[in-house]
Formats: sequence, C-alpha cells, structure tokens
Amino acid sequence: MRNSSIINVSRRGILGGMGAGAFVLAVGLPRPGRAQEEEPDFGRDAMPNGWRDDPKIFIAIAEDGIVTVTCHRQEMGQGVRTSIGMVVADELGAEWENVRVTQAPGDEEKYGNQDTDGSRSLRHHFMPLRRAGAAARTMLEQAAADQWGVDVSEVKAEGHKVSHAGSGKSLGYGELAAAAMDLEVPARDSLKLKDPSEFRYIGKNSIGLVDNMDITTGTTTYGIDVRRDGMLYAVVARPPVYGGTVKSLDDSAALAIEGVEKVVRIEPSEFPTEFAPLGGVAVIARNTFLAMKGRDALQIEWDDGPNADYDSEAYHETLSQAANSSDGKVIRDEGNYDEAAAGAAQTVEAEYYIPHLAQAPMEAPAAVVEIKDGQAEAWACVQAPQVTKLRLAERLGLEESAVKVNVTLLGGGFGRKSKPDFVLEAGILSQAMDGTPVKLTWTREDDIHHSYYHTVSVEKMSAGLDESGKTIAWRHRTAAPTIGSIFAPDPMQKLPLELGMGLLNMPLAIENIRAENPQAPAHVRIGWYRSVSNIPHAFAIQSFAAELAEAAGRDQKEYLLELIGPAREIDPTNQGDVWNYGENPDVYPIDTGRMAAVVEAAADGIEWGREMEEGRGLGIAGHYSFVSYVAVAAEVEVVDGEVTVPRVSIAIDCGAHVNPDRIRSQMEGAVIMGVGQALMTEVTFAEGRAVQDNFDTYLIPRMEQAPKRIDVHFVGSDAAYDRPLGGVGEPGLPPVVPAITNAVFAATKKRIRRLPIADQLRS
Amino acid sequence: MVKLVINGEERQFDGDQDTPLLWVLRDEMGLTGTKYGCGIAACGACTVHIDGAPSFACVTPVGVLEGAEVTTIEGLSEKGDHPVQEAWRDLNVAQCGYCQAGQIMQAAALVDQYDTVTDEDIDAVMSANLCRCGTYPRIRAAVKQASAAKSGTPTEAETQ
Repeated sequence: MRNSSIINVSRRGILGGMGAGAFVLAVGLPRPGRAQEEEPDFGRDAMPNGWRDDPKIFIAIAEDGIVTVTCHRQEMGQGVRTSIGMVVADELGAEWENVRVTQAPGDEEKYGNQDTDGSRSLRHHFMPLRRAGAAARTMLEQAAADQWGVDVSEVKAEGHKVSHAGSGKSLGYGELAAAAMDLEVPARDSLKLKDPSEFRYIGKNSIGLVDNMDITTGTTTYGIDVRRDGMLYAVVARPPVYGGTVKSLDDSAALAIEGVEKVVRIEPSEFPTEFAPLGGVAVIARNTFLAMKGRDALQIEWDDGPNADYDSEAYHETLSQAANSSDGKVIRDEGNYDEAAAGAAQTVEAEYYIPHLAQAPMEAPAAVVEIKDGQAEAWACVQAPQVTKLRLAERLGLEESAVKVNVTLLGGGFGRKSKPDFVLEAGILSQAMDGTPVKLTWTREDDIHHSYYHTVSVEKMSAGLDESGKTIAWRHRTAAPTIGSIFAPDPMQKLPLELGMGLLNMPLAIENIRAENPQAPAHVRIGWYRSVSNIPHAFAIQSFAAELAEAAGRDQKEYLLELIGPAREIDPTNQGDVWNYGENPDVYPIDTGRMAAVVEAAADGIEWGREMEEGRGLGIAGHYSFVSYVAVAAEVEVVDGEVTVPRVSIAIDCGAHVNPDRIRSQMEGAVIMGVGQALMTEVTFAEGRAVQDNFDTYLIPRMEQAPKRIDVHFVGSDAAYDRPLGGVGEPGLPPVVPAITNAVFAATKKRIRRLPIADQLRS
Repeated sequence: MVKLVINGEERQFDGDQDTPLLWVLRDEMGLTGTKYGCGIAACGACTVHIDGAPSFACVTPVGVLEGAEVTTIEGLSEKGDHPVQEAWRDLNVAQCGYCQAGQIMQAAALVDQYDTVTDEDIDAVMSANLCRCGTYPRIRAAVKQASAAKSGTPTEAETQ
C-alpha cells in the first residue's frame, strides 16, 4: 500500500511555493506531470495518506451480532454512509438489519484519505472496503473452523452466521466475533472476494438509507445541532469586502444587551487566505438569537481594502477583453488553427458568460469547539476533517495530537464545507472564552456574502466550418479567476486541474484545435463548487457545438455525435491534461464510444426529433467529467419570456454501480441544481460586496420550478465490477445547463450566452 | 414570560419575547430537529405546526404564542409512523436530509388537511420549502403516496 505523507507530497513540489501540502490535502487534485515522476501513482494511491483495507479499522462486531461499520467519508447527501455500509456488509456476509454505520473522526493516519470531494469516495474505496469485508468474513470462518476443529475450507459465512455443511453446525457472527477479531488479518492476496453474482446489496436498488429514521424523526445531528454543556453561541461580523479590515469598532450597544457575554475581535488573514478566517468581530451570547441581536448592535467602520471596487458587471467587461485578446497563454495546440480558420468556408464566434455562484448548502457553515486541559475538540460539518484538524491546531497553537475533529452529518456540502474557515472561527472563540464550548453559526447572509465562490468566466469560442459544414478549426479561450488564488499569490492563470475539467481533455474529433488562457485576477475567495470548472467549460463547449450545428444547418444531436466522432480511446495526457482527475490514463482513457452512447440514450429518453408545440423545444448536451460520461436532453417551454423545464432525460455511464438508487438521486439533484444555474442562480458584486443576501435574492429552484419529469438512464457495464468505477456526485451537473439553453434556442431561436437566463427573454 | 405547549408538553420561556420560536426550540429546549435555513421565511427549513397550521418558526416571535400548541418534527408522531414519514423512508426521499424536517412538516399538514392532493397543490404548498440537493421529484412522489396511504388508513389525527 502506498502511504504517502503530507511531507512527501509537499516535497515533490507539485505546486512549487503554493502551500502545496494544504492544497493537496484539501483538494487532493493536482498531480505532477508524468515526466517529473519516477514512479507515477494514481487514484487512491496518489491521495495524501492513501487508503486502508484493514477490517479492524472499519468493522466491529458486538456479542449480540450487531455489525458496526465505520464510515471514513463524509455524508453530505450523496448517500456514502449507506453505500459504504452496503459494500462492507455484502462482502462480510452480514444481514443488513444488523448493520449500523458510525462516522469516523478526522484521522487520516488511521483511516487513510478522508477528503470527500472530487466524486471519488467509492471510486477510490470500493475495492479496499470490499477487501476489509472479505477479510473479516475470512476471520469469522477461521474462528468457527478452529472451534469445530475442521478445515476452514469446509465452512462458509453468509447470512450473519458461519455454517458447517458436514455437521449442520452454525455459529452467529456475534458468537464468533471475539475469537475472530483476535486472529491475524489474512494477507491481501489470499482474500477471496465475492463473485458479483453473489452480491446481495451491491448494485441492488432496495436499500434504505441508514439515516432514514433519524432524518424523518428529526434526531440527526448536523454541525449546527451539536450541543455541549455550558455552550455559548456566536456569530461573526466579517468584512463585507474580501481583504477588508475593521477600521473602528464600538461594541457598547452590543455588550449592553442582556445575554451577550463577550465581543471578540478576530484578526484578518493575509492573502492568500486559504482556509483562514476572514477576520472581523464576533459576538458571543447565551443563544443564537442574542448573538445575532448583538451583532446587529455593533457599530463597525470597515476599511474595504484592495477589492473595494470589485464590480461584477465591470469585471465581465474585463474578462471579455481578455478573452478577445490573443495574449493568452496557449495551453493546447493541435494542427494549425489559424491556417484552418483562414481557409474555412464559414466562421462562427460566440462569447459565453458564467457568473459567480455560492454553494449555499441548506445547512450554512456551523461548528462547535471546546478546549479542555490543552485539548481542543471540534464537532463540525466538514468535508475535509484532516485539514480541519491541521489548520485548527496551527491556529490555536496546539499540537495536531491535541486536536480532535468529530464529523457530523453535513446539511449539504457542494465544496463549501471542504474549507474549514468556520471551524477555525469557532476555535478562536472558544479559546477567547477560556475553552468554553462555543457554537459558531453562519447566518444565510453570511453564507451568501462570504462564500468560496464558484469562479466567474468568459469563454470565447471560435470555429471554422468547411463547405460541407464540418468543423475543421476550433479555438477556446477561457478567462476566469483561479482557485489557485486562495493558495498562493494570485497566479492569474487556471491551474492544471481546472483546465483538466473539460477543456484540455475536450474529446471532440476536430483536426485543428487551440486553447488559450489569458490572465484573470481574483477579487473574491474562489473555491470549488460541485463539478467546478466543468460548469463554464461544458456550457461553452456544448452551447457552441449547438451553434455550429445551426450554422451547418444540421440536427443538433447528429452534429454533436459527428463532433464526438468515431469510437476511440483518448489518452488525455496527449492533449496536455496531465491531471486526468488523478487517475491513470491507461486505466481511465476517455472513451468516445461511451460518450456517444450516453448522448444516444439521453436523446432516446426524451424522444428526440418529435414534433414540438409552439414555444417548446428540445436541447441536448454531453460532457465527460470525474471519469464518468453524462448526457442530458431537456425539453423547455417558453411563455412570455418565462422558461420552464417540464421534462429532462439524463443518461450516465459511471461504470459499475454500487448503489443505483443513490446514482439516480444524484442525477435528479444535478438536474435541479442545473435548472437553477440556467434560469436564476447568480451572485453579483458591487463596491466589492455580494449584492444578494439570502434565498429571497439568491435564487435556487423550488418545487414548482423543478421538472415534473426526470428520467435517469443507465448506460454501459453497470455490473462490470472488475473495471474501475466512475464518479457520481458531480458529473451529472455540467451538461444540464447547455441542454436547457440549447432547448431554449430550439423553442425561441434566441441563443443564451449569458447565465442565468433570468429576464433575458422577456420583452 | 410565555407559556406554550410543545409536542404535548407545557413549556415556558422567560427570555427576550422577541426571540423567534426557532431559537427557543433549538437553543433553549434542545429540540434541534427544526432547522435554521434563512431566518426570513424564505426556505421553510424551520416549518413547524402552530395550532395545527404549518408555520415558519424563524419569523414567529415566541412572545405571541401564549397558550399555543406547537408540534415539531420530534412530535409529529409517536413512533415516526406518520404516513408522510413512512413514505419519505419508503422512497428514500432524503439526500443530505437537512431540509427534510421542514418538508415533512409542510407535507404532513397538506396530507392531513386534504383527502386528495394534486400536482398543483404540491406545487403551491411545497414550493415554500427549499431543497438544495434537489429532492423535489421524490418529495412529490412521497406526498402522493402518503396521501393515498392516508385515505386508505385513517391517521391518528382523524381517529381522535
């Protein structure tokens, strides 16, 4: 097993002087170019702290037979607690009603990598966890054989007991547990995994969520729900502009409120702020309401700092100029774009704008920290508990071993909760109160005003078509602030992992391709948001593909399939994408045949080509991300400029299925999030400040705006468990928006090049 | 000082009477099943029943609730077996689950109040409750299933 430490990762200099350890820990993303690596490793092997498959880490069996599976990946709605339970229980031969799932604290030394992002929990841990289950099953069999004095080959574990066919004897798992867990863990290569035909839970649809009863009766614990004896409650007034500081503070009115205990200044953090708090003024009180009341009573004058003038409308213009200049760094160059474009029978250009977004999980960031006898303990809704522990220890001046991070359920994550700034705030406040437990709650306004925003981008597309309408030249210029700006002095240029999200690895079969990345400075905290840079790249590429079809006078779907070209396997490193979602390009090449198949399936699902009523239209888009293939076909209706999306067909090929019900639910959710991004969701800035405050102005879809019909189609080898798995949590999202906007064009002949649609179609 | 009945139990609160019911429930009573999502009645995560009617606890000052009967998700049914709760589990409605207490309280009021529930009813009523994970299609199906189950089997509320 590869057990790469943080130090090793940093030493490799993946990001040079960019605080590489933290970045890799939190994002787990960038991987050095293959040429720099003596022994390239990929996937789970390349993640900080690697992976574990020791059954003694993940499985406990009590005398009453109850099996407790420890889930080391964070639950934020993707269903990972249920899915991990299924994987272990199946290989273990356990009965599902006797299986419980408990959540691991942040401890990568023990559990291996715990960063829950990048759509890789099952992709990376399916096999190790199968082995853990199989090893425990083998140990139970050995314990029974020992007790009966028979050879282990004569006994079999299944149905929560070990049986000996010869004698008819059987012993329950509870009866064998103590003896079994005293045995040595069998060697990895001696394990016999189940044949998929024997699976009882993996790949089956009928498994109820392990948290269903708690969720439906209100007894779950999210970060905001943690209660400790003597706990105080806090909210923070943060600088309204990124990089701002407190110029003056009058807290007398706040302190005069009965129940307000203390006002605490939090020092601002210098650029790059990474996961450090933004600074500001905290009010600590006897309940959340009093803390908020106290905060309202603070008189603060802010120095807005270097981003005081950030205005997203003006910045759109800045990005547009950058995307229309030829100064950008050339990041992909195949054939000769200029020559091919000059010789084209027809040229097409289009510029697309994708706004800032806030992840806005329904549970805004919240955490409790208490410090006792020099030991800090946190309870928090974090996607990355290990980096939370490291940063909390640093900020509190404690050893890593003196900090424990307990992970609650996450009331949504979408990337926001990969950043533990809010846990650090709670730690600072507990320290200011001599260790008293403090619950720090972010209000919704805090969440919208101080997100780690999805970047804003202008994507400028240009193409040349020959006389037959075939695309012979394709140029993509992408201008957007980078996630790298929170980790380093703003590099102004997209990172390899951002470029590897659908741009460098764009698999369309065009002979002359160029991609350029002009510089773009960041003025807000840029972070990752479900599917990250795939959002702007897929929107631009799939919208432009539809525009080219229109220019060629062709059916959109047929033209898209033609652009995808013949079935072939592409090594993305040949296109300059050294990242490939961290996976081995030999194992995970881009398979255009799989891409075409999901496009066909999505089209079939919406009955592509059918006669449409006035004001209705169909659109389609396909996109490869997180090593999975997804296509979406959408039907829209436009009445008086108001767009609704009555029906969506989404097709995914993510390799073999562990928990098909949760694949479906992720696709359903991705469609609805995408409907929001197409129609209404946007954060804008004026005078450095986020203009939207709460769900009255930061709009996300409601029931009445959700498609009445969403059909999820599974494509590919969903039972090929010997083949590598694809991601599920994120890849559903990128093609949703262009499918909708392409459908709007079909309905109205109006091309949407700026998101969201909002009132663009109203006259 | 205000006295009210929460999940059948008499409770009192003598703090700031402007405190929204939400924070009294969560911070003072330890009933954390009712969630904070927005504080401005825009998301429905805090939906509870006040004298039987679905209400936003985040904008309801506790001081106006003298004598009121409040039901939260913890008190919706004794064994978690309201038809809406059962349908929610049956269809694996939840993703992250955070908004679901509010969704269930909203849906329970709808299902309890009307014998039949149409798509239009669901759009009109359930649009008060946001879900960022996008569980709406399953919420829609679960409300219909619960409504059908209820018309077959009377709920506790009906038999009382």
